Amino acid sequence: MPVVMDAERISRALTRIAHEILEHNRGLADLALVGVRRRGVPIAQRLAAELTTITREEVAVGALDITLYRDDLMGASVGLAPLVRKTEIPFSIDGRTIVLVDDVLYTGRTTRAALDALTDFGRPKSIQLVVLVDRGHRELPIKADYVGKNVPTSRQESVQVHLRELDGVDEVLLQGKA
Amino acid sequence: MALTALRQKHLLGIADLSPDEIVLVLDTADAMKEVGQRTIKKVPTLRGRTVINLFFEPSTRTRTSFEIAEKRLSADTLNVAIASSSVVKGETLVDTAMNLEAMSPSMIVLRHASAGACHLLSRICKASIVNAGDGMHEHPTQALLDAFTIRERKGRLAGLKVAIVGDLLHSRVLRSNVLLLTKLGAEVWVCAPATLIPPGLPQMGVRVTTRVDEAVAGADVIMMLRIQLERMQGGFFPSLREYFTTFGMTEARVARAKPDVIIMHPGPINRGVEIASEVADGAHSVILDQVANGVAVRMAVLYLLAGGADNETVA
Repeated sequence: MPVVMDAERISRALTRIAHEILEHNRGLADLALVGVRRRGVPIAQRLAAELTTITREEVAVGALDITLYRDDLMGASVGLAPLVRKTEIPFSIDGRTIVLVDDVLYTGRTTRAALDALTDFGRPKSIQLVVLVDRGHRELPIKADYVGKNVPTSRQESVQVHLRELDGVDEVLLQGKA
Repeated sequence: MALTALRQKHLLGIADLSPDEIVLVLDTADAMKEVGQRTIKKVPTLRGRTVINLFFEPSTRTRTSFEIAEKRLSADTLNVAIASSSVVKGETLVDTAMNLEAMSPSMIVLRHASAGACHLLSRICKASIVNAGDGMHEHPTQALLDAFTIRERKGRLAGLKVAIVGDLLHSRVLRSNVLLLTKLGAEVWVCAPATLIPPGLPQMGVRVTTRVDEAVAGADVIMMLRIQLERMQGGFFPSLREYFTTFGMTEARVARAKPDVIIMHPGPINRGVEIASEVADGAHSVILDQVANGVAVRMAVLYLLAGGADNETVA
């Protein structure tokens, strides 16, 4: 199974994205990170650590579960309900710049759900999107502001992100059709 | 892999649920509770689904709780109040259900005075049936919210001593709770006057006593059951006053339990009958937490049933 990103590559991409976030927003003022469960959360935490290393300022990190906002949940084709996990955003998002963090950007439907979910928590000044991997095949008009790596794929392939915190190893794999 | 869905289409009773399904409901309720703490307490999950609350018995807490849970999940809900329905014109339960079914609801939440009413509907309806209390049989969502409240306070259920005191004979809450607590490994004691102890309890794995001091000694949880005044025509005990003196939960009795004991009651409470006011309103009481948690637990049940595989009926 081809490894498209290894631990070093992932770490360098996150360092670069942290700098891009600072450049784009001219600092950390009123900025907060929100990771999309599950793998967006550890990525958001690592980005926060990078941002703190660079600026010596703390940055708020939240976790968003989008299960209750999915558009495929109750479709006839989907039999089983995915596990709902807790959303934890221990700060007000009103008037803040929210940087949404996810592992893979594919159809854009997860991001759509995340935007809906975030809107229920308040009215951020703006929302930006970080993804570790953009694999293409968008079905909605959604685009990431910061991308770790663009990986051209076919729809038959699957992209698997493994992270130390959840999987014990840092790597991004491209799995061919079974 | 962790279980992510119930194996059934209906929630008829705790008897049908496996321990991992119970834990799934409690874990899901954990996430649902957070929705109730937001400013906007609503998620779009059950948009376009219709849920009918069909209540053949009076209920404030349970019906309101289900209705709030349905609304927080964006389902379209309606309440059929039996006093103003065709049932007073002589329509049978099955006919009522078939007529409601013809309007394609996704779920029917049913409370009925007869045990087995939910099982009957589950065999004739395409909609998922949620048992909101059937006769003296089961009240599964009450047991689930009780378990959720215990787990929230104690962090676990296994190994806890739970004393259940009150009218055991007429209580569907007892049956569902005993089934659930024993499935998750709690040590359950039940206590009542001998006239209010149904047969078969020791076979369900619980310890039975008529001495309340023995039941509550060292308990982690004391769960009170209501003396159902409307069912007390049979002369089960001499007087309410005598009942309170012998079985009522007083501060002196609570003092025999663990220092961090929690006091539970499914409501409505009879102050000065099964529980003293000082206990019901005291520091150990989690009675209102139970009500608050009921909404989260019912949201979890509705969500899991709505997402469950459509035709794998285990009922």
